[in-house]
Amino acid sequence: MPVTSTHYLFLSILLFSIGVMGTLMRRNAIIIFMCIELMLNSVNLLLVAFSKFFGDADAQIFVFFIMVVAAAEVAVGLAIIVMMYRKVHSVDINILNRLKH
Amino acid sequence: MDLYDILFWVLSVLAVSCALGVILSRNPVNSVMFLIMTFFAISGHYVLMNAQFLAIVNVIVYAGAIMVLFLFVIMLMNLNADVEPQKGHLVQLAGVVAGGMLFLVVLTAIKTVRPLALEKTSTDIGLISNLGKVLFTKYVLPFEISSVLFLSAIIGAVVLSMKEHINGLQKEELNQSTN
Repeated sequence: MPVTSTHYLFLSILLFSIGVMGTLMRRNAIIIFMCIELMLNSVNLLLVAFSKFFGDADAQIFVFFIMVVAAAEVAVGLAIIVMMYRKVHSVDINILNRLKH
Repeated sequence: MDLYDILFWVLSVLAVSCALGVILSRNPVNSVMFLIMTFFAISGHYVLMNAQFLAIVNVIVYAGAIMVLFLFVIMLMNLNADVEPQKGHLVQLAGVVAGGMLFLVVLTAIKTVRPLALEKTSTDIGLISNLGKVLFTKYVLPFEISSVLFLSAIIGAVVLSMKEHINGLQKEELNQSTN
């Protein structure tokens, strides 16, 4: 069976769902962050696939911007996690959900 | 079943199994390693789809920079001992069911979409010269705005991590002056 656009859609949705499952299942804030990165990457994969199918470079520029935003988001998010860890000595979201120490 | 299809299936199985490893492994350091493997598999997909520049950027930015940042934070917090408290089995089951339902709903939504056949000939839209032309003509304004975004992210990260430090220094100075 030759590879079609449906295969890429299937793979991308599978990776996205795994990211959602991880976000809902785990309690470690860093793992939840990594699952969000996984979801961003599944969307990137689909954008590149459709850029290939339609022969359009705009989608790849979009992927480039998603990577830029993800890098900025990780820098700020990890800074927040480190700051919270200094205050409450834990990255457990069940402790962080009180939003104070 | 030519080489493209074989590589597609190998890379897909690698990506999905490593993604499952990210959410199932107990040790956060193992999760990071699995996520790096997932990113490499996705980069392999990019190479397969003639997006060479994005494949290199994916390896450098995600696997090289972002995941090293994650590893540093995990080692800083000494989380490699697996002491993480787990959610209850019911909550975990609810998470799996919710993710599976999302998968099924989107799958039924795309089931009726007519599949596009893949042109396996190589194209040059993913090469850096072509992407650079598009980026610096059509998308030059978002490109410049993203530099402002980066600047604010840098300042935000520095401010967030410096504040406690400055307060601590002031407290130490106060203690020294009272002593």
